[in-house]
Amino acid sequence: MKLVEPSLKSLSTSMFNVEHIRADFPILKLKIDGKPLAYLDNAASSQMPQPVIDRMVRYQTTQHANINRAVHYLSETATLEYEKSRHKLKRFINANEDREVIFTSGTTDAINLVAHGYGRKFIGSGDEIILTTLEHHSNIVPWQMLAEENGAKICVVPIDDTGELLIDEYKQLFNKRTKFVGVTHVSNALGTINPIKQMIEFAHARDVPVLVDGAQAAPHMKIDVQDLDCDFYTFSGHKLCGPTGIGILYGKAALLERMQPFKGGGDMIASVTFEKTTYNTIPHKFEAGTPPIAAAIGFGAAVDYLSAVNMSTIATYEHDLITYATEQIRRIPGIRIIGAAAEKVAVLSFSVDRIHPHDIGTLLNQEGIAVRTGHHCAQPVMRHFKVPATTRASFAFYNSMIEVDALISGIQKIQKIFL
Amino acid sequence: MNTKSLYQEVILDHNRNPRNYGSLDNANCSAEGHNPLCGDHLNIKLNLSRGYINDIAFQGESCAICKASASMMTANVKGKTQADAETLIQEFRDMTIGKLEPNGNHHLGHLTVFFGVRNLPTRVKCAILPWHTLHAALNSVATISTEAEDDPMHVSIGNA
Ligand SMILES: Cc1ncc(COP(=O)(O)O)c(C=O)c1O
Repeated sequence: MKLVEPSLKSLSTSMFNVEHIRADFPILKLKIDGKPLAYLDNAASSQMPQPVIDRMVRYQTTQHANINRAVHYLSETATLEYEKSRHKLKRFINANEDREVIFTSGTTDAINLVAHGYGRKFIGSGDEIILTTLEHHSNIVPWQMLAEENGAKICVVPIDDTGELLIDEYKQLFNKRTKFVGVTHVSNALGTINPIKQMIEFAHARDVPVLVDGAQAAPHMKIDVQDLDCDFYTFSGHKLCGPTGIGILYGKAALLERMQPFKGGGDMIASVTFEKTTYNTIPHKFEAGTPPIAAAIGFGAAVDYLSAVNMSTIATYEHDLITYATEQIRRIPGIRIIGAAAEKVAVLSFSVDRIHPHDIGTLLNQEGIAVRTGHHCAQPVMRHFKVPATTRASFAFYNSMIEVDALISGIQKIQKIFL
Repeated sequence: MNTKSLYQEVILDHNRNPRNYGSLDNANCSAEGHNPLCGDHLNIKLNLSRGYINDIAFQGESCAICKASASMMTANVKGKTQADAETLIQEFRDMTIGKLEPNGNHHLGHLTVFFGVRNLPTRVKCAILPWHTLHAALNSVATISTEAEDDPMHVSIGNA
């Protein structure tokens, strides 16, 4: 198959030089079984550029101590750097104030925080929580646990066969008992970008707060929480070129203040006696114990890096990547693309006739190509499309058109083996 | 790592044309096997009388490794005693987790084509699932899951 000349193709994204970007990511130089690595599992976790690695090393070698505790130089430096990182995250999502940004261990932790801190206090028996079919399990299970505990009810927005939410059905789910909406900004299994601004507006007109799971959106587009007017927004550092073990929960200050704490311990208190504890102010109320300080600082460096590359440049380039990948994969007989939403990020979920995704994953790995196979922690999505699993190639701005070509010829090679 | 040796012609052939695939009318033992991590599931039915596996069949949806493993397993245990089948189950399991060498003392025969799966920790469960399920059927356990704590054959793949 003659493919579009990659170097010409990438020229369409002005000023973006993927080779230049790739040089920042040491792991991309790896060879797997002698083949150059094509890392196409970015929706699961992204890779880290040298400046982020360097920042974490610098923190660990010259700045580390516990934060918020002592008067000595290192503790003050660490506290300052940790708070600087919070400020970077605040700017990255255009929050109103630093204290609206809570460091969590990740998206899962953040959603559990809201289910506990908001849900347990403000959602009661018979109340309804709206979720969507596109949710990752981490935006389903915490709400189910809450519902099981307090008798709340979960209502689910269905999807159509392109993998888009049925917005009319969403609107019809609202009633007097509707107390909360949890929706993913972008589907991790399909790449669908949901019309969350419109959904938030509709919910707010009925006084219902909205949590947006931004785990798959924040890596791919500019997020502006004030423009979205969401009540909560969350994402994980490790999907944004940062380290694991860190993420943020953005929440409107007024809401965060009314919520109950999630975890109890040090740093989240104002005073403790055995009779009564008074809680610290936000964000500290929600950050019990010693946080992953190096990870938080690395996360700040990661959003600096992404902002320097520029989120809209990233979005434009990735759009080129997914358009090219979709065109190319469509030419292969026996391929079914799962998820064809009009608006999607660079995620390509597909199945191949008569070949199980697991075999595809193992055999692509033999070509140095890393993809994810399975249900992607989104079993309701799999059930809708009546497949037990898919193969998912998920791209980042450091992926090249050449890697798309490697994926395509890898699939064709596997088809020959199974002929 | 040598996955090339795993996707050999024998395995591809059993995947394409699985033996003993389908249902069984005179079954008196059966079990469902399920791997929730990848969605593989299969159903094994067998006719066991006076300690012999007279007939056996399987059905399900799974990857090539799992299907070929099930196909070759059924071909191997058909006509054998329950005790012989249990020996094979044990040996197959040991081979895939690296406790039994293919050139050592065993009864696995052609089943050693699955030897390479030990280098693919995430795929060990695919190869073992039919054997777990057979074990469950022989011991009248209706359903098993590779992730259940009480899985009678639960295998730690940590050092596989
Ligand atoms: C949409 C979505 N939400 C939540 C998560 C959970 O993120 P984490 O495992 O970092 O908590 C993921 C990760 O795969 C995701 O894709």
